[in-house]
Amino acid sequence: MMTVSLIVFLIVALITLGSALMVVIARNLVHSALWLVLTLFGVAILFGLLQAGFLAVVQVVIYIGAISILIIFAIMLTRRIASDTGPRFNENWGWALGISLMMFAALVWVIVSWPGFHVQAQPLDARFEPVVELGKALVSPNGYVLPFELASVLLLAALIGAIVIAWERKPEGR
Amino acid sequence: MTDPINLIAEWLRGLLAGWGLSSGLVIFIMTLLGVVVTAAFVLLMDVFLVWVERKVVARFQDRLGPNRLGPFGLIQPLADVIKLLIKEDITPIGADRVVYNIAPILALATVLVLWSVIPLSPTVLGADINVGVLFIVAAGAIGTLGIIMAGWASNNKYALIGAFRMVAEIVAYEVPMVIALMVPVILARSMSIGEIVQRQTIWYIVLAPVAALVFLITAIAELGRAPFDLSEAESEIVAGFHIEYTGMKFGMFYAGELLHALTMGALFASFFLGGWRGPFAEQVPILGVFYLFLKAFFIYWVIMWVKYSLPRIRIDHLMEFSWKFLTPLILAVVMITALLDKLLGEPGTLIYTLGMLVANLIVVWITLTLLRTYFRLERKRVGEERPVAAPDLTPAARIERTS
Repeated sequence: MMTVSLIVFLIVALITLGSALMVVIARNLVHSALWLVLTLFGVAILFGLLQAGFLAVVQVVIYIGAISILIIFAIMLTRRIASDTGPRFNENWGWALGISLMMFAALVWVIVSWPGFHVQAQPLDARFEPVVELGKALVSPNGYVLPFELASVLLLAALIGAIVIAWERKPEGR
Repeated sequence: MTDPINLIAEWLRGLLAGWGLSSGLVIFIMTLLGVVVTAAFVLLMDVFLVWVERKVVARFQDRLGPNRLGPFGLIQPLADVIKLLIKEDITPIGADRVVYNIAPILALATVLVLWSVIPLSPTVLGADINVGVLFIVAAGAIGTLGIIMAGWASNNKYALIGAFRMVAEIVAYEVPMVIALMVPVILARSMSIGEIVQRQTIWYIVLAPVAALVFLITAIAELGRAPFDLSEAESEIVAGFHIEYTGMKFGMFYAGELLHALTMGALFASFFLGGWRGPFAEQVPILGVFYLFLKAFFIYWVIMWVKYSLPRIRIDHLMEFSWKFLTPLILAVVMITALLDKLLGEPGTLIYTLGMLVANLIVVWITLTLLRTYFRLERKRVGEERPVAAPDLTPAARIERTS
């Protein structure tokens, strides 16, 4: 039975996988980065199809808005790399392929052997607010308050590190 | 209560169902129609915006503006469109053809997509998603990508410099903007824009004037309009990221910018000016559309007023203004708002409103005092005697000398 959502899912999944492949085989690094953006956007649409609006939007904000733009910036600021058309593969491509396939097989095996995989999911209550639940889980002691705080400390350390690097030191002996 | 738009939608839905189409297909067709109608409406308004922009800038500069074609020059934008359409379409040598052509589409589409979450009236809104506020930020992020693509694919150094400047600016001003948007979210206890408008029995500009001002400033920066228009500084980099674009491709950037300004006006109106709220808007929902556009055009006018009154600021000042002034200020405001929200009890009471307003005024007063002290010290520092050829000891200068 092909429902509309199944067709949409198949199209989006194909685009995501295709652009993920293009990230690896595109000749130009900037093109690779742009294909990566399309891949990440596809993942965001998949989140949207699963009714996880918050995750979809956050995926776009963080992965496209921050990380991809940083990658593109780094590529563009590096001279010569942006127009590099040298060989795309080195001699290790066989190893990389083998390891990726093994990882993929392991992930598929883990997901399929998970008992929740075959259970039909119950529809959520209409009044269920994912964002509210997520916020509560992040700050409740029974939830994820420790990982949350650890992440904030890590980010704070990164911020301080950035300030230390950029600090304008007073010249000595003056 | 209902309105003409929903009546037509109901009638169409009944008609389609009467033809024996399945319910899934009817929903699909109705959604598609909604998207097309909204986009067409907004783009038609865009043509009108060209006239508004030219007329208003003329007034600010003590000119008449377009006044030859039609009454008040109203047909002028149509002539502009025809001119853009019949211009030669140039793709520079060495340009990345595909990326070069996608960029203007992205620039305009990311603005259009914002209209899907703006509630036009109590009954007319595209998608009432519960993360509407974040959705706006996400659309802005993709818009940034369009600018980078345009700058890089043009194979032009001015375009690339313009794109770099624009992206640095947008990334810097996105931080205070997102934090400023948290204030209405805290006040409304929801990230859905429809909900935020629904809760604004008192306009949030009264409860959070500082956040409103910061949002307006960052919105202007995100638009890349003067005084933040470094990305297209004519005297330095000709036209910035869209230097190589001609004809309708340039037209898409131009239309995107104008429409973005109005969209920012509509967003500002929704967050801080009560959106569609106004007299009788709840009884006659279609009035809400009128009120929203009235407020949006007012903010658009303010943005133009700023654009045509202030000179362009320098890039280091631009960065300092965001990171050293706006970000700390808005962080403090968010913390105060969250704290007061817990202390003052239920929103809507007189104490709540007054408490928020007074707290904001105190923040403004403290900020102004700190700024006054800073400027006094700065004036003293600049006025000091110093050798004419002192070595420049900023980090950038040091790197330059060692390399």
